Amino acid sequence: METNENVLHQHSENHGGSWEGAAEPFNISYGKLMMWYFLLSDAFTFAGFLIAYGALRFSSPSWPVPDFVFSTAPFGIHDAPLIFVTVMSFLLIISSVTMVRAVQEGHRENKRGVVFWMLLTIIGGAGFLGCQAWEWTNLIGKENMSVTTNPFGSHIDAGTYLDEKGNATGETFKAGASYLLHKSEEGGHAEGHAEGHHAMAKGDHPNAFVDNDGFIHKKFKVTSGPATGQVQMEEFGPKAFGALFFFITGFHGFHVLSGVAFLLIIMINVASGVYASRKNGYEMVEKIGLYWHFVDLVWVFVFLVFYLF
Amino acid sequence: MSHKTYEESKKAVVKGLLLLGFVTLIEVFISLFAKGHIISGVNDIVWIAYAAGLIIAVLSIYKAYFIIYEFMHMAYEVKGLALTVLLPTSLLIWALFAFFQEGTAWKARREFVKEKNAKTVEPLKGKQGYVEDTSLFRL
Repeated sequence: METNENVLHQHSENHGGSWEGAAEPFNISYGKLMMWYFLLSDAFTFAGFLIAYGALRFSSPSWPVPDFVFSTAPFGIHDAPLIFVTVMSFLLIISSVTMVRAVQEGHRENKRGVVFWMLLTIIGGAGFLGCQAWEWTNLIGKENMSVTTNPFGSHIDAGTYLDEKGNATGETFKAGASYLLHKSEEGGHAEGHAEGHHAMAKGDHPNAFVDNDGFIHKKFKVTSGPATGQVQMEEFGPKAFGALFFFITGFHGFHVLSGVAFLLIIMINVASGVYASRKNGYEMVEKIGLYWHFVDLVWVFVFLVFYLF
Repeated sequence: MSHKTYEESKKAVVKGLLLLGFVTLIEVFISLFAKGHIISGVNDIVWIAYAAGLIIAVLSIYKAYFIIYEFMHMAYEVKGLALTVLLPTSLLIWALFAFFQEGTAWKARREFVKEKNAKTVEPLKGKQGYVEDTSLFRL
């Protein structure tokens, strides 16, 4: 038995031990190496989703304008384009930076430091999830967007809205202008009165059409393009938008959620001294750090594709 | 990390935070500018939209580079590791062009179908079910 082990040992020394598991390729531990390759495959998944978004957006004659769709923030802030998502981005950037500090403290074998900076990272991640929950609640509950319904549309031609008698009002819009289909308020005592969407009976009106789901499609007279003079009504926006938005930001949010869960578990392990006894510079913290930075990295592109373009 | 002292790496972290925050703010500013939120009317100029999109994309790629190379320590790893991660990713450049081209083609096809659907054709006159004009059979 002893000789056998000796032979194996010699063998791995003579012929590139990487294949025997003795030496680690690329001067990096297997744990970190495999985390890198997992992240590589995950990057392809996200890239597939985001490229699908791009292809569908290119294939659509109109697309909801992000600075119109994402212009609300908590505490009753309206018409503040992209402000809330910028705050969300900063939360992720800051939590990424605190993660770097946790890894640094790990290299110094400073247990208290690691726990402190990991705790801040977890708070940042949880804060991001809270913001996303608010964003989704607002989109689903107030603006009635769902996986299959997209009330955010945009006008193809310029035109004028019609009044209760079907005559053109002074309220005009330009080609490409965005609109949001509101729902008719059932009770009539709604908070959204300021925006002018009160209770309307289902069916056809001179100035609007109310569909079976209660969406008010305002009518207008086209004043530019080949359809000039025709009366049209506001249609739903491209259907794919809602599905893509909830699916892709949801997939990213799920990564954040699982990241927060793993950070929590590893922080508790750090605090109880599991990694200190391994004496490898808190490598586990480094591995979850790689994952956490990746989540931030993906957000850079989700932010670019969904909000900035 | 390797060759930096503790104090140096602590400073580098603060620098990284400021850099990423600053680049993000610039991106948001350019995006809002191109959409006419800062000076109204800018959104009607087509080339500004393209230029802004390009600048924002480049800045985002820079942020990605910074996160991978500094925060994820790729700069301090063996070159082979960096290549095994980055080379496969470069395939995505092809995917970007191919699928965006595909999307544009879908749009053109849809418009073509719509145009054909909107066309009205005069119904054939004369006897039905009997075609005298054989030129109709020619393709």
